[in-house]
Amino acid sequence: MKKINGLIGLVIAGLVMLTSCNNSESSPKKSGGALKSSAAEKVYVAPGEHDEFYAFISGGFSGQLSVYGLPSGRLLKVVPVFSQDPEKAWGYNEETKPMLNTSHGFIPWDDAHHPDISQTNGQVDGRYVYINANNTPRIAKVDLSTFETTEIIEVPNSAGNHSSSFVTENSEYVVAGTRFSVPFPQRDMSIKDYKGNFKGALSFIKLDEEDGGMDLSFQIMMPGFNYDLSHPGRGKSHGWFFFTTYNTEEANTLLEVNASQNDKDFIAAVNWKKAEEYIKAGKFKTVPANYAHNVYDEKTHTATSTMKKEVRILDPAECPGLVYFLPTPKSPHGCDVDPSGEYIVGNGKLSANLTVHSFTKMLKAIEDKKFDGEAYGIPILKFEDVLAGVVEQPGLGPLHTEFDGKGNAYTTFFISSEVVKWKLDTWEVIDRKPTYYSVGHLMIPGGNSSKPFGKYVIAMNKITKDRYLPTGPEVTQSAQLYDITGEKMELLLDFPTIGEPHYAAGIPADLVKPRSKQYFPLEENEHEYAVKSEAETKVVRKGNEVHIYMTMIRSHFAPDNIEGVKVGDKVYFHVTNLEQDYDVPHGISVIGANTSELLIMPGQTETFVWEPKQVGVWPFYCTDFCSALHQEMQGYVRVSPKDSDIDLSWTLGE
Amino acid sequence: MKSVIKITTFLSMLLLIISCGSKEEKKTPVESKPVKTEKPVKINTSEEGTNLHYKGVGEIKSVELGAIDQKMAEQGKEIFTAKCSACHKIGKKFIGPDLQNVMKRRSPEWVMNMILNPEKMTKEDPVAKQLLMDFNGAPMANQNLTKEETRTVVEYFRTLQK
Repeated sequence: MKKINGLIGLVIAGLVMLTSCNNSESSPKKSGGALKSSAAEKVYVAPGEHDEFYAFISGGFSGQLSVYGLPSGRLLKVVPVFSQDPEKAWGYNEETKPMLNTSHGFIPWDDAHHPDISQTNGQVDGRYVYINANNTPRIAKVDLSTFETTEIIEVPNSAGNHSSSFVTENSEYVVAGTRFSVPFPQRDMSIKDYKGNFKGALSFIKLDEEDGGMDLSFQIMMPGFNYDLSHPGRGKSHGWFFFTTYNTEEANTLLEVNASQNDKDFIAAVNWKKAEEYIKAGKFKTVPANYAHNVYDEKTHTATSTMKKEVRILDPAECPGLVYFLPTPKSPHGCDVDPSGEYIVGNGKLSANLTVHSFTKMLKAIEDKKFDGEAYGIPILKFEDVLAGVVEQPGLGPLHTEFDGKGNAYTTFFISSEVVKWKLDTWEVIDRKPTYYSVGHLMIPGGNSSKPFGKYVIAMNKITKDRYLPTGPEVTQSAQLYDITGEKMELLLDFPTIGEPHYAAGIPADLVKPRSKQYFPLEENEHEYAVKSEAETKVVRKGNEVHIYMTMIRSHFAPDNIEGVKVGDKVYFHVTNLEQDYDVPHGISVIGANTSELLIMPGQTETFVWEPKQVGVWPFYCTDFCSALHQEMQGYVRVSPKDSDIDLSWTLGE
Repeated sequence: MKSVIKITTFLSMLLLIISCGSKEEKKTPVESKPVKTEKPVKINTSEEGTNLHYKGVGEIKSVELGAIDQKMAEQGKEIFTAKCSACHKIGKKFIGPDLQNVMKRRSPEWVMNMILNPEKMTKEDPVAKQLLMDFNGAPMANQNLTKEETRTVVEYFRTLQK
């Protein structure tokens, strides 16, 4: 009997193997019964194979953007954005320090929230990812040819930059809205005088068609509510932008209670094409401001920070037709627009029901001037006039909704820890699946566009408790991957994420891969201190500054013996990687350096500063295992007493 | 019974092979082996060994050399200085061999193949393999020169002969 069982087992094993080789596209329909493909097979990406999607997941309080492959959930890279990263010298080397400059000075950390991919004709185009810093309001641009942050702009008159950073359907603007209202203009005043004096700025940052560069075009100065999240209109609603608000009570203390009093708050519908007309017609006020615009140049491999001094302001009370308020129950959080642009979902986090507004009805109500009063000069539409439908009691604590492009919506419920699938138009609940636990955002690749790729949804959880091996009081946050190709969702995979994942953005890998750079051509390197060959390497003294023009290639530095440096000198290592091959970075650091290593890509130049405090001979070495002779890649700097008269000298191989 | 199990195992393995065969082929294209000429070329693998008729392993099969083109050689010198001189000096051994008289020892095809694909050469070419050993295992870096750029470097090397 045993033997027969063994025989059957082998036959089945053979069949399973047979199936497993062909099933990469298998649908639940094809498989069934004993041959049902497992969740493991669906997320298995064989060694050497690539994932189908990139997922850009916000690093939350880590300040960074992490890049994962889907469906495997493998972490591919952490792109440093708003926080210093000693691994990549981000914010530590001389070239990138200006990227973290703000009107408050150099800031080494922030709280990254909502990545969004640039779009062309309403579809994700894989050129750039924009992401917001919540604490000290900024928007960053990550270039997907290098997966590096190449621009950061500070947002003035803002605080808690949360309803950001979402891109319009032709990447006309990336939009940022303030969560906290603040005095406008900022001044020394009593907090009790909040009402009427505090304002909320909605910022429209124009994007350059060529390079995705950011320029703060104008701000709409709104009443002192909290602007929580936003999304652009698309298709028929292209030209509009929708923001959820809460604290329409304008409370300045104990918001937990005081901001939950009103039965309804608003979704603010902003007609930004109208705003452009008002700007063109000169209906704006130019006011003084002070905000940083930091740009990293790929040719000089160096960032510059410029302080901008003014901003154009539109007052909605003076600009009829610019903003309308759509009453939405109970402190709506997420503000999500379906792929057609018709439905605007207000995820009222304290509401039992999910509210869906109709763009067509909104236009009609505006046309008919059916207003239910106004707030600070902004017309309020009637709830019933704009309502498309209600999803009745789908769960507790709705936060965010994404769409699969097949007529379905997926909403996360924080309190009841689940993802609920429901149908647009009929508003019926189709399926629900638990999350582990307390889910925040969710993401379908292409989710904020007219063309979602509805194969997977990932849910991003705030709390994991017992889901992974314990790691002391602090445990990982996580993402969970569901297959959404069938009628019912299927949980496939849990994977840990960095920091707290807020929103994420996903895109088919094929839209990004062809643009990915392999190295920087040396001949295009315009760094001020670049040296293009070993013959040009040198050491130059300017007072107490010593500039080392150094090169690196497998597996030596040139020069590698340097003498004549003195205690009290400020030594600049300007190091150029002469390699011109894919994936051959070198690193460098020197003993006692009060900064991070450099990790230099082929063809790139980077600089770190060393201020030697002790007399002696101090080694430096390559920090990135680069070749069989990596351990030989080293050198020495002789540091003499301050009053020594030893001349500068530098050699290699002598 | 045992033999039945064996046969079944064999069959399931066979199924596995058949079912995966076409996919596997696509993923790992079979490396084309260097074409063996009928008369094997004698190879001297020492650094100073002369192998003027041996072309190495790679895509460069034949290079016609005319009179030295000075303009091309100038271009080659510029590229050499920028991308190669960190490891090669003219007139002395450094990280890599002295290239003063390299064109007396090597065919232009071999030199170009070595520059264009040093990884393949140090794996498959007996001369390059030996050089890697002779030079302390320091692998030659692939500097991603184009074929045209590589050809100008050869022209530059031709001007160095003493």
